[in-house]
Amino acid sequence: MDFTFTEDQLLFQESVRDFLQNEVTCERIRASWETDSGRDTALWNQLVELGLTGMTVPEEHGGLGMTELDFVLLAQECGYVALPEPLVHTVMVAVPMLNELGGELAAEWLPKIAAGDARVVVGLQQCLLVEDAHIADLLLLQQGNVLVAATADQVFLKHNESIDPSRKLFSVEVQAGAQQIAEGEQAATCVANALNRGALGCAAQALGLAQRMVDLSVQYTSERQQFGKPIGSFQAVKHHMANVAVQLEYARAPTHRAAYAIANGQELAAYAVSHAKIVACEAANLAAKNSHQVHGAMGYTWEMDLHIFMKKAWALANTWGDTGFHKSRIGDRIFAPRAALGAGATFA
Amino acid sequence: MDLEYTAEQHTFRGEVRSWLAANVPDQPLQTFDTAEGFKQHREWEAILNKGRWGMVTWPESLGGRACDLIEWLIFEEEYYQARAPLRVNQNGIFLLGPTLMEYGTEEQKARILPKMANGEEVWAQAWSEPNAGSDMAAIRSAAKLEGDRYIINGQKTWSTRAVWADWCFGMFRTDPESERHRGLTFILVPLDSPGITVRPIAQLDGLPGFAEIFFDNVEVAIENRLGDEGAGWSVAMATAGFERGLMLRSPARFQETAKRLVELYMANRDSADGDPAVKDAVLRAYLNAESYCLTTYQTACRLNKGGKIGAESSTNKIFWSELDQNMHATAISILGARAELLPHAPAAQGVGNWLDGWLFSQSGPIYAGTNEVQRNIIAERMLGMPR
Ligand SMILES: Cc1cc2nc3c(=O)[nH]c(=O)nc-3n(C[C@H](O)[C@H](O)[C@H](O)COP(=O)(O)OP(=O)(O)OC[C@H]3O[C@@H](n4cnc5c(N)ncnc54)[C@H](O)[C@@H]3O)c2cc1C
Repeated sequence: MDFTFTEDQLLFQESVRDFLQNEVTCERIRASWETDSGRDTALWNQLVELGLTGMTVPEEHGGLGMTELDFVLLAQECGYVALPEPLVHTVMVAVPMLNELGGELAAEWLPKIAAGDARVVVGLQQCLLVEDAHIADLLLLQQGNVLVAATADQVFLKHNESIDPSRKLFSVEVQAGAQQIAEGEQAATCVANALNRGALGCAAQALGLAQRMVDLSVQYTSERQQFGKPIGSFQAVKHHMANVAVQLEYARAPTHRAAYAIANGQELAAYAVSHAKIVACEAANLAAKNSHQVHGAMGYTWEMDLHIFMKKAWALANTWGDTGFHKSRIGDRIFAPRAALGAGATFA
Repeated sequence: MDLEYTAEQHTFRGEVRSWLAANVPDQPLQTFDTAEGFKQHREWEAILNKGRWGMVTWPESLGGRACDLIEWLIFEEEYYQARAPLRVNQNGIFLLGPTLMEYGTEEQKARILPKMANGEEVWAQAWSEPNAGSDMAAIRSAAKLEGDRYIINGQKTWSTRAVWADWCFGMFRTDPESERHRGLTFILVPLDSPGITVRPIAQLDGLPGFAEIFFDNVEVAIENRLGDEGAGWSVAMATAGFERGLMLRSPARFQETAKRLVELYMANRDSADGDPAVKDAVLRAYLNAESYCLTTYQTACRLNKGGKIGAESSTNKIFWSELDQNMHATAISILGARAELLPHAPAAQGVGNWLDGWLFSQSGPIYAGTNEVQRNIIAERMLGMPR
């Protein structure tokens, strides 16, 4: 039993954190909102150079051959800066799906992802819309009981604007020429795994988002003065933040366990992911609510950076399986006859 | 990361399980808030100690097994699954014991720990005073050094299990000129000392679960001072850390409550689902107990590797106490009209001991530092908000 990350994993997290915090500033995010695609090619190329897009690409395809567990701490850091680029989607969802499908498709696209020559996205029915379809060279799409691979010229896209200007969402119509890549049980497994990985990505980012909102609020309430003192010295304000800290503290380990469960193909992965998604997104939603409250009217403005993080938190809570979906999966497990529950059952 | 138990850990679990299966009394003991129940629980401590299961984290020389924190968590999982008796000497073994190992002299350890381990000497905590509750630095009970003894005068209150306990430990003001955290000293006091009056206080269930302790020129040998004179505050903070932290409230207790709550819900589903909030509350309770377990394991692994725990331990106290209160509130609403009935009432089938648990869960957010005080600590020391 060792529930800690390795030195290497922690060092990697630290260096990616430094990079992201230096590069992905709120100004840069706002600038990306003004562009047509909303995407920042220069930033994506930097991520490629750091080897990040190829993290989960096997070494024989030019990647680093790492797992979801290696990436989960980095996904938290992506959340902390509200990274608009689809790094979490690429590393956590698209690449693992290609890994699972294998064959020529994987051999063709994985090296390109690692090298930054192509972008691949996944679209599942559970998600309603497809993230970043407009910049994808290849789309892996669930169509009923089958999976198809469509290149950019084989899809018709309709943009759906999100309250989070960083999120680019599309309804996708597949045109002629798209190729069926999996059916039956294989397709169902791929879809289920992709959904779990996407939900894990949301949970990890939610942890980062919550932490960022706490940090912004601590800073703001230490500076803003009313009644002759910093508002952060008022107990009601403190307790708003302490409540977030408590929830956040207890959302991390479930998220790390979910990453471990996926990386090790554990039977309880689906349950572990749903647990993580619920508690991490709840922590982020509470962070949004309480951070907004302690910012007063400033929190209700476009100008204040807080909303960059709030809106992402709101969106992530209901995508890659909404609360109802994840709670019902938990219910299926714990309300089942003869469920193994209680002390000693957690790691059994 | 490796979330599998090792072969040794499995073996250890098996040993704990079979020993408990052979030794846990068939009939639940009476509550330790009665004289007879207290005696029964004291005897149980002796049995545990004889099997070297009394305090598995203690060194072997003291009758322990030098277990690490993961083994401790495994032990607790088995202990709660076996529905073994509550630990009447928890203030001793979980709180004072570790404090003594850190701050005590060799003589103190040799004199005190063995009798603590076998239940011969049961310990009560004596921090609170009528005017020093959350504000523990307002302690006024005084100890004056005269030669080789302290003369103690004053009053402590809310001292759990002091009615039948043998000793108490707490802080006393040794420097009458001092204020707040300074000038306080950590002293251990035999409760049968002349000049001590213990007045039981009935708790919500009507039983004398705690007591006031009056000190009237009580003489205590200087050997019973723990740490230096005037250093009481820092010694006490170590004890309080153990109380909030891993030792006193390991996850197994709450996971078993969550499991019983799921069972209660399943057995009463037809009526319980009338309130759609109940199912969600049960689900949440289960998840939160799991979160508590996972987080505790992660912390324990970090500590095993030499990590440290800081102000974030205050989140722990809030999390388990509110989880416990919520779980019991849910059980009470599932039980409906039966919930108010004492277990021996004729119409009280299937009520289990939820009512008792419900009452006790009300005290969780209060004792061991109220949750408001913990939130202050989190905001100021963990998050760095201005004072
Ligand atoms: C079941 C039980 C067992 C106990 N066992 C022991 C024992 O064995 N030994 C022992 O010494 N004590 C024991 N206590 C006492 C316990 O430690 C105190 O009750 C606790 O420290 C709170 O003090 P108080 O009761 O005086 O409440 P007060 O300090 O009067 O607090 C009342 C309310 O005011 C709030 N409050 C106070 N100060 C602040 C602040 N600065 N900021 C925000 N809110 C504040 C509190 O949070 C609380 O809600 C026990 C208590 C209970 C309920």
